[in-house]
Amino acid sequence: MIERTLGDMGKIHVQCVINGDEKEFLCEARESLLEVLREGLGFTGTKEGCNDGNCGACSVTLDGVLVDSCLVLAVEVQGREITTVEGLAIADGLHPLQQKFLEHASLQCGICTPGFLVASKALLDQNPDPTEHQVRHWLAGNLCRCTGYDKIVRAVLDAAETVRS
Amino acid sequence: MLSSHGEIRSFGDEKYKVVGTRPIRHDGTDKVTGRAVYGGDTRLPGMLYGQVLRSPHAHARIRSIDSSKAEALDGVKSVVTAADLPPTASDEMVDLGEGPARVKFMRDNILATDKVLYRGHAVAGVAATSPHIADEALSLIEVDYEVLPPVVTVLEAMKEGAPLIHEDLTTMELGEDTDKNSNIASHMQHTLGDVEQAMAGAHLTAEFEVHTSSVHQGYIEPQNATAFWNQDGMLTIWTSTQGAFTAQRQLGAILGVPVARIKVVPQEIGGGFGGKIPVYLEPVASLLSRQTGHPVKLIMSRADVFEATGPTPGSYIRVTMGVDSSGKLVAAEAYIAFEAGGYPGSPVFAAAMCVFACYDIPNCLVDFYDVVVNKPRSFAYRAPGSTHVAFAVEKVMDELAAKLGVDALELRIQNAATEGMRRSDGIVYPRIGCKECLEVARDHDHFKTPLEGPNRGRGVAVGYWFNIGFKSSVTASVNNDGSVNLVEGSTDIGGTRTSIAMQFAETLGLAAEDINPSVGDTSAIGYTDVTGGSRVTYATGWAAYEAAQDVKAQMLKRVAMVWEVEDDEVEFDDGVFRHKTDASKSLNFKELAAKLDDTGGPVVGNGSVDPAAGVGGSFCVNIVDLEVDPETGKVDILRFTAIQDAGKAIHPSYVEGQMQGGSVQGIGWGLNEEYFFTDEGRMANSSFLDYRIPTTLDLPMIDTVIVEVPNPGHPFGVRGVGEASIAPPPAAIACAIKNAVGAQLCVLPMRPDRILAALDEAGDRVSVAAG
Repeated sequence: MIERTLGDMGKIHVQCVINGDEKEFLCEARESLLEVLREGLGFTGTKEGCNDGNCGACSVTLDGVLVDSCLVLAVEVQGREITTVEGLAIADGLHPLQQKFLEHASLQCGICTPGFLVASKALLDQNPDPTEHQVRHWLAGNLCRCTGYDKIVRAVLDAAETVRS
Repeated sequence: MLSSHGEIRSFGDEKYKVVGTRPIRHDGTDKVTGRAVYGGDTRLPGMLYGQVLRSPHAHARIRSIDSSKAEALDGVKSVVTAADLPPTASDEMVDLGEGPARVKFMRDNILATDKVLYRGHAVAGVAATSPHIADEALSLIEVDYEVLPPVVTVLEAMKEGAPLIHEDLTTMELGEDTDKNSNIASHMQHTLGDVEQAMAGAHLTAEFEVHTSSVHQGYIEPQNATAFWNQDGMLTIWTSTQGAFTAQRQLGAILGVPVARIKVVPQEIGGGFGGKIPVYLEPVASLLSRQTGHPVKLIMSRADVFEATGPTPGSYIRVTMGVDSSGKLVAAEAYIAFEAGGYPGSPVFAAAMCVFACYDIPNCLVDFYDVVVNKPRSFAYRAPGSTHVAFAVEKVMDELAAKLGVDALELRIQNAATEGMRRSDGIVYPRIGCKECLEVARDHDHFKTPLEGPNRGRGVAVGYWFNIGFKSSVTASVNNDGSVNLVEGSTDIGGTRTSIAMQFAETLGLAAEDINPSVGDTSAIGYTDVTGGSRVTYATGWAAYEAAQDVKAQMLKRVAMVWEVEDDEVEFDDGVFRHKTDASKSLNFKELAAKLDDTGGPVVGNGSVDPAAGVGGSFCVNIVDLEVDPETGKVDILRFTAIQDAGKAIHPSYVEGQMQGGSVQGIGWGLNEEYFFTDEGRMANSSFLDYRIPTTLDLPMIDTVIVEVPNPGHPFGVRGVGEASIAPPPAAIACAIKNAVGAQLCVLPMRPDRILAALDEAGDRVSVAAG
């Protein structure tokens, strides 16, 4: 149990791995992983849409498991491995999901895109041959207000084909 | 090039090389890698974080505000209230490009002065060293409220004796001030022909009365603003806005600062749909920065976005239409009352323009009312007002078709608006594509495929948006490798950097990839109006065309200089400068670009436009198949086709995207989305959990047909496509539900309990369930 009073400047030291690199930071117990990623460490590719776990814009993986980083306290990531959208691109270019999102015009404003990409990668990591319904079911926790999802679902299905081949 | 799934039906014959292709958007890589910088991503040295204290009451008088305890908290740097804003004369107006606005109302919406008019109304702002400390400080600010009775629905607010939201608001009756205190800010009217006589002589009439709830634009990125008020008096704002210049003007008016002292830097914007035209946090961040000498960043919580930023109005609408025995519409009458929210200015005027826009009706009467209620000040939401009225009108059209015993789509085609028709608001149509869209629908595989199965139904509806022109600026700088840097003033909310660059490239025979488009801040580009009104690809694209013409004219002079010939001996065709008579002399754009340094230096072209006429509206038709579960009232969309006139689709994928996105917002509006209010006037569902926008799982693929009826009022025939697609879905869904199970839905959203109640009313719930 960590108890702090108003104005307490004491911070907690956390070590973790982000996108393959060791990182350490100091945080308050009340700070979310999302806050530390964005404001503390500068990983602003992870977006805040609702800060209450309902939009998926802040999706990251934690030890390979898809989570809303706004619902994870930063102190919880001690010793764990995080992948953000900044960690998706591979050495010789974009990840197939990123490439297919571009080719299918799957983004308009783009604010939900990092979350969709991270969530879609988590899907393809465990199921490289999803049906349309499985894609729709998996991505139902990620909200997009611009696209109506059509071009997102097509891009994920198309990227799955690339990943498989 | 991008993959293509949608269809295109073209009624034009122009051939283009770049226009109509599908290049990858220029800002795409930054947006799929997380590198694009949105407003909330702004980070500056020494930056403080702000929070806003908001009213817990829907209607209350502020007796006093005591912020002394908050100011004493460690880490708190400043607290501001309306007292920190300069005073404003009650009648001062500012022109924001979309018509004049009353500064007093804008200012009071930023920070409440004497009264709070809705729950979520901003009362004070705090800057602190962390957002959490700022949050703690909010709870230490003591506001003494005298709670007043709220009124949150339009019909209640219009009643005699309703609680008055503004003691000094008097009704404008057909343009004349009545001096009568009321929540009715204005009553306006459009008339055409003699509706009374025509309606009396009609063979058949049908009437429909609807209520619609407040719905939110629902962009995923919350409002944000970062301000730095420098010691030299220059104010810089980094924000996600639909219009940097419009934000600059609002800030100037609210803060009492000349716009020359304000620079607005538009960051990438995470959706807006009309909701990010007004400023909310920017003036508060500015005051906090001036008081602290530091940059200050504010970001709204999602609850604040719902409770304090413009939803689109709830409404009450009644429509009556009459036909002669041949099915020709002869008369139409509408009564439209919109909830403006806490301050006047709902989009009811736009609703009145749209209400009968799809049909050729010689006799019309439209009465419309702008009414204040204790809800957030309503703002534009995609085709503002058009969705509301389409819901009523299209249901009447289906009723008329049923009474006549004709196909509802055929009745629409028979009465479709065409070129030369005069609308009830006086507009005479140029070439439009209403009838073409309806005919494409009739001939579409979706419409021709029989829909089978119990509790299933098909609905068809059409909607309209008039589109706006307004001012846009583009600057083009030719690089010596032949590429071009294009700076444009429209914030890019959905891929318009590319649709603008493509029009520039087409004009000069270049490739889309040769252009490097970027969005300029208010100090880097000429005045440009908001990204709204479906205007960017139309007007800013036109400005790019003009900039390309300017570049072409300057380049032509350089060719003449190189060849030592007269200017008029040189011509430009398909990317190549040629001597008119000497075939041995030719230079392509890139070859010439390499010679600019030796022929007078850089070539910079400019284009600015303000198209007043010929903007050209857009029509959208939906065909929807759905299934109603008679046990639960749940509706599943089985198949959905959107058919819309784009004039000329510059980048078809992004046109399809607009159509699909608008369709799904319309589906959400039709089935799920609404503000729930408690008796105290508090929104009870201010989260994405409880205010449920459609998810992947709620939808099928959204099929599209782009219809191209070229707009004679644009160099490439463009019509803006951003908005019309949201208008028909609720109506099409309502018609489909009626056809599926006989239930008559007249309240939006058509949620399950309402469908069950309508089934009960239809008296056949049991038999439908059994069937």
